[in-house]
Amino acid sequence: MKNVKVYSTPTCPYCIRLKQFLKESNVVFEDIDVSVDRAAADEIVDRTGQMGVPVVDIEGELIVGFDRERVKQALGLV
Amino acid sequence: MQQADLLIIGGGPAGVTAAIYAARKGLDFMMISRDIGGQAAWSGRIENYTGCQVVSGPELTARFEEHLKIFSIKLVQPETALSLTRDGRRFRVSGERDTYSASAVIVATGKRSRLLGVKGEKEFLGRGLTYCAVCDGPLFAGRNVAVIGGGNSALDAALQMSRIASRVYVLESSGSFTADTILIDRLSAAGNVEVYKNASVIEVRGGRFVEDIRFSAQGKESILPVSGVFVEIGLVPNSEFAAIASRNGKGEIKVDCSNGTDVPGLFAAGDVTDVPEKQIIIAAGDGAKAALSAARYLLSL
Repeated sequence: MKNVKVYSTPTCPYCIRLKQFLKESNVVFEDIDVSVDRAAADEIVDRTGQMGVPVVDIEGELIVGFDRERVKQALGLV
Repeated sequence: MQQADLLIIGGGPAGVTAAIYAARKGLDFMMISRDIGGQAAWSGRIENYTGCQVVSGPELTARFEEHLKIFSIKLVQPETALSLTRDGRRFRVSGERDTYSASAVIVATGKRSRLLGVKGEKEFLGRGLTYCAVCDGPLFAGRNVAVIGGGNSALDAALQMSRIASRVYVLESSGSFTADTILIDRLSAAGNVEVYKNASVIEVRGGRFVEDIRFSAQGKESILPVSGVFVEIGLVPNSEFAAIASRNGKGEIKVDCSNGTDVPGLFAAGDVTDVPEKQIIIAAGDGAKAALSAARYLLSL
């Protein structure tokens, strides 16, 4: 099982869509709410060099936004 | 080159509904879209879609996808149409991934955020500048931000940010807010909001991220140190590729009451058209009309 972390906010529609997609694909993931976890917010801004969510970390590979095809590839679902 | 009798471009409420109707009519059709849900996917709370008392944009989008899955629809996603031309009796659509040929086309490509058109806007997109306050707002907690615009979505964004940001500057360009009075009142009651009227942004500046904006107001140039710039200055229709149809001054495709354009066989539905109200339920209804009109047109060939 791959180590998957989602950095999201509760109000961001694409965060919700990304998490829905992961659940439907039976992927276990850690959900980090960057609206309350400031350290995680700063960390993800620094690591990606951008200020948007969602960001998904799949075994260290960072994908910004809800990019279904790239997420599938990184998870080995294709 | 992919071929079908009908090509539906767009996967928002209009495109999805058109696809459902086309499937039920047994049409030979395919659908290309950047995503499913369109602008509706970005909505927070939807409280005026008949049959759904309260539904979020992502929930409604998931239901759209489920509804589409009942039919085996040929869907190319993500795909963006770049040009639409008439090729003899058929239409030809060039997309980023492929080209498509069809006897009838429904354009349901919706709208996108209007750009400021200033220096630094493209450069800092995603690095402090955003068109979606509801998405990225929380990342700016405790910082100073600027909201550009004076309509409902601008004031919504400003109010949302006033609860989490340190200071919120609102820059509007026309001299007065066009937002609903209730929002203007709430904004004046917020303690950490500063409003600049008749202000026009000149430049967004920074290093790795946004650091400030340069703007002019009342003939005077000033600089505001901010980490976030939320652009909320309205929407423009995604109709450039469909220039063979007549469009109005806003770039919206002109349609008749059957969702036909002035090009036979070319139909349009939803926010990309000049329909007077832009609502999810209206887009969906127009998608249904467009599909039924297209079915009738295909029968007449």
